[in-house]
Amino acid sequence: MPLVENGKVVEDRYVRVAADAPIPDGVPVIVPAARFLAEADALVARDGLLGVLWPNNKRIAELKPWLGHLALIALDFPKFRDGRAYSQARLLREQYGFNGTLRATGDVLRDQFGFLVRAGFDSFEVKKPADAAAFAKSVARYSVVYQPGADGRLPALRRRLQSAGAADVSEDA
Amino acid sequence: MYIYDAFDRTLVNERVAEFRDQVTRRLSGELSEEEFKPLRLMNGVYLQLHAYMLRTAIPYGTLSSEQLRMLAHVARKYDRDYGHFTTRQNIQYHWIKLAELPDAMADLASVGMHGMQTSGNCVRNITTDQWAGAAPDEIEDPRIWAELIRQHVTLHPEFSFMPRKFKIAVGTSAHDRAALRIHDLGLQMHRNAAGETGFEVMVGGGLGRTPFLAQTIKPFLDKRDVLSYVEAVLRIYNQFGRRDNIYKARIKILVHELGPEAFAKEVEAEWANIKDGALAIDDAIVGDIAGRFVYPRYEQLSDNPAQFVAARKADRHFDAWVANSVANHKVPGYAIVTLSLKPEGGTPGDATAEQMDAIADLADRYSFSEIRVGHEQNLVLPHVAQRDLPALWRALAPLGLALPNVNSIVDIISCPGLDYCSLANARSIPIAQEISKRFANLDLQRDLGRLHINISGCINACGHHHVGHIGILGVEKNGEEFYQITLGGKADEHAKLGDLIGPAVPYGQVADVVEDIASAYLELRARPDEIFIETLKRTGIEPFRERVYATR
Repeated sequence: MPLVENGKVVEDRYVRVAADAPIPDGVPVIVPAARFLAEADALVARDGLLGVLWPNNKRIAELKPWLGHLALIALDFPKFRDGRAYSQARLLREQYGFNGTLRATGDVLRDQFGFLVRAGFDSFEVKKPADAAAFAKSVARYSVVYQPGADGRLPALRRRLQSAGAADVSEDA
Repeated sequence: MYIYDAFDRTLVNERVAEFRDQVTRRLSGELSEEEFKPLRLMNGVYLQLHAYMLRTAIPYGTLSSEQLRMLAHVARKYDRDYGHFTTRQNIQYHWIKLAELPDAMADLASVGMHGMQTSGNCVRNITTDQWAGAAPDEIEDPRIWAELIRQHVTLHPEFSFMPRKFKIAVGTSAHDRAALRIHDLGLQMHRNAAGETGFEVMVGGGLGRTPFLAQTIKPFLDKRDVLSYVEAVLRIYNQFGRRDNIYKARIKILVHELGPEAFAKEVEAEWANIKDGALAIDDAIVGDIAGRFVYPRYEQLSDNPAQFVAARKADRHFDAWVANSVANHKVPGYAIVTLSLKPEGGTPGDATAEQMDAIADLADRYSFSEIRVGHEQNLVLPHVAQRDLPALWRALAPLGLALPNVNSIVDIISCPGLDYCSLANARSIPIAQEISKRFANLDLQRDLGRLHINISGCINACGHHHVGHIGILGVEKNGEEFYQITLGGKADEHAKLGDLIGPAVPYGQVADVVEDIASAYLELRARPDEIFIETLKRTGIEPFRERVYATR
């Protein structure tokens, strides 16, 4: 499963650790939510970047006390059609001020990329290699957005006021 | 009418390009049907019994004559010379080929139209009063608010994969012509004691197999907070709405299971976090959107000009049509004209390409090039000078569009049913056609007065049968079509769900049952102007039940 960051396919630095496996020292790890909550104090004291895989049916607000210690949060799309993690992502980025890596994992397909970026994701475990190759093209699809999101793009409502004549639709004109 | 600018046009064109790419990937096999399905649905493309169906958005039911001509062109070029207007104020085409869909969409995009979010688990077409901007009783034009919300929810990055579809309606008149209480979210404008206007927010309405009327969770919301409040409602729903069972996934179930108070508390807590952020709307933004609506340049006219009054006296057919299909306009000397799409033996809501072209021409001549689609599946010319009514009527009659049957027993709301729809259990259209034949007599229609029949071919209730004065629901029993009859439903400001009168009846008996109900009403009514729904309220359903089942 290719990983896309900064628009390119990259090696995954993180090791996914199962619920009961030993945690390797010195390497970035992603631990499941239940284990993270059970062992949080020890995990944050450990040497090495820490990530958590958070399910989409658990309130993301539970992570608030730990956000400063987390380098990565992976949010799950068990199915392409299950969009709960979009809300979790926007809460993390826009309300809780999470600045670490926000990774989309699961059933992540090309036609979600634009939405994912706008919701604040910056790391993508893409299901199909062809989709990963089309990432840059896919997120550049829309030059106009109608609503504010976690990506800071200015919605048409505001751009119209800025550009008065509204003739120029190039990005952030 | 809202005029698209470069931003709006660019987005629609980019959408067409994206869909063309998706269709190419589907045809090449790169996308499986399962993967393609949610993508095509979000462009209004369904796979029906016989072919693909394209549903095209008509935001809040407002069309220009140029757009209506394009709808006629699409019907002619890609379909079978007709289109079907829906209860969501949209139009759908039932016979489109997948490979031609991108071209049809590109043609629609040339006049700013598209199928975005007419299906899928996203926010659907925002609906409102089809008389918006023309109704004498409105506080202000609801389309400005509908347009603000339309833009906000279009391709929304957070709310494109919700548990289920989400329908929003906006009303600004005391009289609810937009069926607010049967929506996932209804916004009703009020003026408070201080003279300020704001919205009553109601959530959790919806029909289907578990019908609910929407509950008010906020009696008065400042207009500046409309977008942030809608966002908060959607965010709570997106996270906590049920996804384990498609029949329990609408927001009505979440509101019901949590209770309206607990639901409102969640919304208020979320709203408090965002209300003063990027979604707060100031006067400049509202003014900018309002400024993009072009309004007719009305002449200074008086009501009831002499030639109009004389024409009414001279021709009783014209007079009957005026009495039935013409409503008061807020500007003196003008009128709102409803064009019934309910001919005897026809399919409710269907219009031919020829009719659409002709209506577009008449709109150019008599209605400032504007047309509306009502959720009752009729069309409206919203701004007709009263002095032009005789000429308009003469032009409409040969097109079969001057039918004086609006709000009558034959002005039936019906879903497409088993003739088209892959979800249906039973036929709807032939039931509507049969009823329209039985009650074809105009004097009988007039005597029966206001009486709404709604027909759905399955429990999904696209024909809104729960809120019909007479509701007809098709079900399947051992491979045969049966129909449950409800009485007393209403979708207006006194919204109510109908009550079942007894066991379902077979297909062949539905029109007989309607005749029994109609004749029972004529006998039971206290006076000729006590309409069906009032008689029913006074007598209860028992005498109607007795009449229907006495011989069955």
